[in-house]
Amino acid sequence: MGASQTRAEHQYQDLADKTGFSFEQIKNLYQRFQQLSGNEETISRANLDSIPALANNPIRKQIIGAFFDKRNQHQDEVGSCDQIGFEQFLMVMSHFRPPNLRTTDEEKEAMRKEKLRFLFNMHDSDNDGTITLAEYRKVVEELMSKSGEIGQETAKAIADAAMLEVASINVPNMGPEEFYEGITFEHFEEILKGLEMESRMHIRFLDVDTSTMRCGKSQS
Amino acid sequence: MPARRDSHSPSGKSLPERGLLLLIVLVLLQGSVLPLGAASSPDTTHNDYVDNPQEKEENYTKKAFPVLTLNYQYIQAPFEISLWILLASLMKLGFHMIPRLSSIVPESCLLITVGLLVGGLIKLAGEDVPPVLDSRLFFLCLLPPIILDAGYFLPIRPFMENLGTILMFAVVGTLWNAFFIGGLLYAVCQIQPANPSILHKIELLPCLLFGSIISAVDPVAVLAVFEEIHINELLHILVFGESLLNDAVTVVLYHLFEEYTRAGTVTVLDCFLGIISFLVVSIGGVLVGVIYGLLAAFTSRFTSHVRVIEPLFVFVYAYMAYLSAEVFHLSGIMALIACGATMRPYVEANISHKSHTTVKYFLKMWSSVSETLIFIFLGVATVDGPHHWNWTFVTVTVLLCLVSRVIGVVGLTYVINKFRIVKLTTKDQFIIAYGGLRGAIAFSLGFLLKKNLFPMREMFLTAIITVVFFTVFVQGMTIQPLVELLAVKKKQEAKRTINEEIHTQFLDHLLTGIEDICGHYGHHHWKDKLNRFNKKYVKKCLIAGERSKEPQLIAFYHKMEFKQAIEMVESGGGFKLPSAMPSTVSMQNIQPKKPPPAKPAEKAPSQLTKGREEEIRKILRSNLQRTRLRLRSYNRHTLVADPFEDGFDDLLIKKQKMIELEKKIKDMNNYLTVPAAPPDSPTMCRARLSSDPQSYRAKPESDSVPTFQVDLASPQSPDSVNVMDEFRRAGQQRGGERREEDQGLMMRPHKTGEGADGKDPQKLTRCLSDPGPGADEEEEDQPFLA
Repeated sequence: MGASQTRAEHQYQDLADKTGFSFEQIKNLYQRFQQLSGNEETISRANLDSIPALANNPIRKQIIGAFFDKRNQHQDEVGSCDQIGFEQFLMVMSHFRPPNLRTTDEEKEAMRKEKLRFLFNMHDSDNDGTITLAEYRKVVEELMSKSGEIGQETAKAIADAAMLEVASINVPNMGPEEFYEGITFEHFEEILKGLEMESRMHIRFLDVDTSTMRCGKSQS
Repeated sequence: MPARRDSHSPSGKSLPERGLLLLIVLVLLQGSVLPLGAASSPDTTHNDYVDNPQEKEENYTKKAFPVLTLNYQYIQAPFEISLWILLASLMKLGFHMIPRLSSIVPESCLLITVGLLVGGLIKLAGEDVPPVLDSRLFFLCLLPPIILDAGYFLPIRPFMENLGTILMFAVVGTLWNAFFIGGLLYAVCQIQPANPSILHKIELLPCLLFGSIISAVDPVAVLAVFEEIHINELLHILVFGESLLNDAVTVVLYHLFEEYTRAGTVTVLDCFLGIISFLVVSIGGVLVGVIYGLLAAFTSRFTSHVRVIEPLFVFVYAYMAYLSAEVFHLSGIMALIACGATMRPYVEANISHKSHTTVKYFLKMWSSVSETLIFIFLGVATVDGPHHWNWTFVTVTVLLCLVSRVIGVVGLTYVINKFRIVKLTTKDQFIIAYGGLRGAIAFSLGFLLKKNLFPMREMFLTAIITVVFFTVFVQGMTIQPLVELLAVKKKQEAKRTINEEIHTQFLDHLLTGIEDICGHYGHHHWKDKLNRFNKKYVKKCLIAGERSKEPQLIAFYHKMEFKQAIEMVESGGGFKLPSAMPSTVSMQNIQPKKPPPAKPAEKAPSQLTKGREEEIRKILRSNLQRTRLRLRSYNRHTLVADPFEDGFDDLLIKKQKMIELEKKIKDMNNYLTVPAAPPDSPTMCRARLSSDPQSYRAKPESDSVPTFQVDLASPQSPDSVNVMDEFRRAGQQRGGERREEDQGLMMRPHKTGEGADGKDPQKLTRCLSDPGPGADEEEEDQPFLA
């Protein structure tokens, strides 16, 4: 078992360096990956779609889309793919790691930027670097999509008001003729700086091997 | 008189005024000292009444008719109570008139000092100090308002997020404190070397009991002090949550040790039963609270016709929850918190805005008065209470309290930080430890001790009072400068923005989704499940009418609009944007410059000829004339600055009516017959008849330039609900099902020209919304609030 063990470890070492997960966590996620893909090498959208628990999620499509979005792979590519391998899966998951006690302030800042970038990419579907009004409306509509009719009508108003707010915070002295193109990444950061993304946007990744995939004792 | 001239000084708080105030207070005190001290026993009064009739029968001599008589006993009790409350409130006023005092010394200290003074005065007058901090009065009348206020306005999200930490501190921390203090105190008491002092007589169990009384952090004191230092939300909720939740532990420990003091020993079985009791007390208390909370929510669903008593339900149900929990010796505080927190989301969706304001202000008022009274009474009771000062005991107690708190916090934080994401830093730990104030609850519990079981009761009381004074004065006064010194993060004053709200929700769903993909059921999964359960079943039962389906984001949005409306109104209308957004950005800047490409054929108005437009306009005008008149009669100079009048609800009704009307117009773009409003229902009549001098803002059309919007989907009164139903029904009859953009009413400021394509539909829709006497009048009416 020695040889294969080291090979796996090598792989994991590579992945661990890139994504920051521990070996335990990578192993667990690999198991989940296998489960989702039906023991294939890659997963497609259909695999993710078939997760029953996701059915109730109003932003399901965006979440699944984020996995296949090349921008989240940190390799300066754009576009989307149809199948992703384990490494890409891990890369996307790595956006949700929490900071720990040893994370320095700069690292926290970098983490925050990364997470905000992830969110930004989710909103900016046409990848032009800004979230336009139409895109933002779509976001709010999707959020409301499970709420029936009441939601749809007001979603537009809400999106408009939110956009207005972004504009007035970031570019307060716009003349009446100017046009606010859309939310850029800097503006996005500005309006969400109160939310402390680095601590909020995380999930606890399991360290302990739980083959039943239930919520066991979690330490992250 | 020179004094008079002084009174016009800019500060306005000149010496004569202060002197006058002081004089009033002294007079009141003197006046109160005599009756308060007099405390004529009810027996003698009764005897008087009994004797008098007999006297009258025996020798009735006719006296002159008494023009003025004095009968103090008749009103004595309410009079004294009112006098105390008045005194407390005047004191509060007085403190704020002295400029620098309130920033140096926290109010609680000042109030205790006043209490000491009053108690001293009464003693000097030679009267008996009334037993003001009587435990029944305290626990049944003074404490509940404060706790209810805290529970009703508890910020649920941070509380739940930190629940594990809070519980650790509350349960484990208090247990640790109790045993550490009690045990060490006993040890210290035993070690008196040569001269056998009374300390030797204290046994272990009373010590432990004493420890459990003194170890609990007091919510009243914490509230009083922390409110003034504006510390960041996390620390505030940690200390405050701990002070609330440790009540269960205190209750159990207190009863456990009290029970067994007589027996003298505590067996393992008793300990085990104690643990079970703890679970029963805490979970039982919470359950009682939740049940009453749900009852209150359910009741509020039906109060739409009797709005005036809505606040009463909130208060009475909560109080009943407290009393019911106390019946079974469950934790009344936890019951109150659970009741308040449970009923709040549903009750707020059901009750009118005025009731909401009433609830808020009554709670604040009562809790404020209660707090003031508690501190004053603490002072009075200090002067009165039988004291037995023992240097060793008292100093060791104070010392042990501090030490055990620090050790407890540090130790617990070490463990907790392994499980937390946002770790607690040393600064945080320091504040948590320093914020562990003791207060009146400890004193009242000590007061409850029976003398025969606890011969050392007086010594205990003295020690408790000393600790309370120490924490309130020393820690209370120094925590503010320490917070500044350590540069602890302060509370974020920024208002919650709608972007934050959107993204909070977005994050919730995103994280739930990621958890599902990961395959493990974490916090978000269960939270999401709870939310869905809530939305699907609970809200339907407990919230009346349409609002049961309203998603949270929309509710938030409406609240924000409402607030903006109020701000606008209060700033007197006008063209200024609310100060919160001092920018010149308006919707105009955001809308895409080009008019949207070829609209689908549903925008049939563009196909209508000018002539048809005119006809439709005329017809609409006549239909909406009356409402239009109302709008015209308003201008910003006659603005009534109170949008809370009933008229506001009518305003919403009318606006909704117009929106619906327009919708139908859109649907019927090929007919000339304008749908008539459904036959006047009583609600509509009522709506029209009442006046509506309110500010009025419309929803934006998608491409136009409204700057402010008031949305309607939150019916505040039954009328609006009925109206919507009526129109919906009427609308369905006509069969217009196309889903179109909601073209709200618009009052737009002068806007620059738009593309020619946009002109026609704009014009028509404009006139639909704003039918004026002149067809070609300027585009906009008086923009009420730009």
